[in-house]
Amino acid sequence: MTVEERKGHLMREEGGQNDRFPVGMRVLAVDDDPTCLRVLEALLLRCRYHGVKAESVDLLKEGFNVDVFVPVTTTNQATVALKLLRENRDKFDLVISDVHMPDMDGFKLLELVGLEMDLPVIMLSVNGETKTVMKGIAHGACDYLLKPVRIEELKNIWQHVVRRRKFSHKDYSNFDNGEEFERHQIVSSEGGQDLNISGSANQNGKLSRKRKDQNEEDEDDCEENVHENEDLTTQKKPRVVWSIDLHRKFVAAVNQLGIDKAVPKRILELMNVERLTRENKYRLYLKRLSTVASQQANMVATFGGSDPSYLHMSSLDGFGSLHVLAASGHLPALTSLQSSKVLDRAITGGLGNHGFTSSRIVQVGHNNTSTPCNDLNRFQHINLPGNQHGSLLQGIPTSLELEQLQPRIIQEANSQFPGGFSDNKLATATPGSSFVNGTNSSFISQTLQQQAHPRRFINHSSIRATPRSTHPFHVGSECSSHFPDLGRCRDTGKCAVPLPAYATNTSSMGSFTTDDECPKFKDNLTISQRDNNIPTISSTSFMAAPPRDPSIGRDRQCQANSSIGRTMLLPTTMDREMKFVNFSSAGNSKERLEPKDGCLGSLSRLLTDLRCSNALLGLFLITSTISYRAYSEKASYKIEWDHRSTFSKLLPS
Amino acid sequence: MSLMALREQLNGLVNSMFLEGLLDDQFEQLQMLQDESSPGFIAELITLFCGDSERILAELTKLLDQAVVDYQKVDAFVHQLKGSSSSVGAQHVKLACVQFRQFCEEHNKEGCLRALNVVKHEYYLLRGKFDTMLQLEQRIQAYESKQQI
Repeated sequence: MTVEERKGHLMREEGGQNDRFPVGMRVLAVDDDPTCLRVLEALLLRCRYHGVKAESVDLLKEGFNVDVFVPVTTTNQATVALKLLRENRDKFDLVISDVHMPDMDGFKLLELVGLEMDLPVIMLSVNGETKTVMKGIAHGACDYLLKPVRIEELKNIWQHVVRRRKFSHKDYSNFDNGEEFERHQIVSSEGGQDLNISGSANQNGKLSRKRKDQNEEDEDDCEENVHENEDLTTQKKPRVVWSIDLHRKFVAAVNQLGIDKAVPKRILELMNVERLTRENKYRLYLKRLSTVASQQANMVATFGGSDPSYLHMSSLDGFGSLHVLAASGHLPALTSLQSSKVLDRAITGGLGNHGFTSSRIVQVGHNNTSTPCNDLNRFQHINLPGNQHGSLLQGIPTSLELEQLQPRIIQEANSQFPGGFSDNKLATATPGSSFVNGTNSSFISQTLQQQAHPRRFINHSSIRATPRSTHPFHVGSECSSHFPDLGRCRDTGKCAVPLPAYATNTSSMGSFTTDDECPKFKDNLTISQRDNNIPTISSTSFMAAPPRDPSIGRDRQCQANSSIGRTMLLPTTMDREMKFVNFSSAGNSKERLEPKDGCLGSLSRLLTDLRCSNALLGLFLITSTISYRAYSEKASYKIEWDHRSTFSKLLPS
Repeated sequence: MSLMALREQLNGLVNSMFLEGLLDDQFEQLQMLQDESSPGFIAELITLFCGDSERILAELTKLLDQAVVDYQKVDAFVHQLKGSSSSVGAQHVKLACVQFRQFCEEHNKEGCLRALNVVKHEYYLLRGKFDTMLQLEQRIQAYESKQQI
């Protein structure tokens, strides 16, 4: 005992040498699986959170002095752990607990520990399902790690202790003395001095100073965080700190609402806290789930809900964030956001759980900083959720690419709409793994980036980005040159203008048609032009499709184009299911336009015939982008409706 | 057998296990944890794992033997086995557990029984190799302590 005790103190005094985290942080590890427990203990020991292993509380009482300093304690029973914690309240800095335990639910333990002892608790599990993770967060977990645990992850967990201490200090006492504050940080990182340092101030000061000297480099990270925290907190901007109180309120609210209904919005309402945004809470944990480095997560936590960082995070976030956003209802902090962000959020809110993908995209659109690779990640993630939104894109047929394309297009379109897009019922994410495609992503990302420039046709650059290959986006790339036309057309207030551009594009796409045909199409388009931009847009989309298919003859293309143009104008009741698959089975595109139904029919037939889902994808992308521009002046309903009608027409007759 | 030869044999064995996929990088991490301060770490861990796994497998056999299977309990055990096998780096066992859990969710007794057999098979295969590994390690350590003397 004494040896260990001395060792413990030694550890604290000498500091961690080259370790970059506080040595001697006292951890209690709880896991019913002995193998995992042993591994965890070994890892923690390796991290220099040294300690002695106690099999059970009995052992502790028998052979060990309860007062002894045992930096790493393990137990395989939650009840024992609770007992340990209750009896030695200030002997532990951090608790790591498994989720799945026989004698007590890990979440329950987590809650109890968090509320009673106000210790940071880290959850551990093989199960990494989002809902489980959410549950962990709802119950107040500082972090959620997946088994098998890696040492790198464990090396960072001390940050939770520091953070918790720091915020506790901020909440509980006024540390006018910055030095004192910093000292506290170091002290706490050293391994859990009480908040009340007055009693041992000198000792702590000495220790901390010594430690500071020795660990100057090591503590850099810690101090940096501290400084950053300080900087942030000294900012005038009122930042909500996730304090114990907030957490308690949070848990209470969640319990009240029930896990399923615990939508962040409702929670926030219940908690009645000002300026508290979802990001504060969820981002940190969900980020952890993603492959983002834990450093980033800490930074995120540090920055909290500040808008700029939000933006930053959104561009960097992976899937996790999306989920967060998706899960969240309307953003209460909407007003505090910039217009673009508001839009994003509105979209998110409007789209509900399924809207996150679109919101994601929207965010991307508004984040010009997003890079294609980010977008790629994002899109990949985005595509996962199913499309349950009652929007046009619903019921997208088996043509996954199309599905993906459409929602994306629509989403893009949505982002174009200034404010109040909550009505937007346009596509949400459509499920489809095929879309998760590098080229696609880049295409979209490009598109999105372009969207930031309202007047410019997004497709312009985006299309260019698409690789030239059989890939649908290829179509876009050829179209890019024509897009400027669209811009011009736009100014005239006619959507049709872009279409001609498309027409030309389509003709150039896939090198199926000649430019000669474009004028023809153009004429058609003009004719079909109406204030209802939607039709034109859809026609554009269709245009894109045909060219891609090598099997499509030029004539068909032109005809298709023209038919598209005409058909576009006719809004009809939407049939949710866009049987784009029909495209593949489409008939002869040579059919001329007839009554709008006929046009659409032929169009759809054409498209199906084209069997180029890829092209359609590109088509829809283009369409959506066009529609965006066209619709930016129209109500979202209209667009949605128009799209719907257009698409419905595509259904095989 | 000389120390060198023993060491070579051990390394060869472990490498082959990695190649076959019996072990994954988690085991590599654990190997790194073993050093002078904890020389018997791997051995201890393997022993723990084997003991625990066999207990779980016995429980699973019992549960699935019943006429009406309590799938929740089965799932809990499989979950635990999955956790411990992933902590040790027993890749095949872990994958077999994943499959097992799927059958559990479907309440497919037939599937569960088959999955249990797969898990058992993988486990015993691994266990055999672990045993050899431990024996070699013991001999090496005996050698080393003898040399020190």
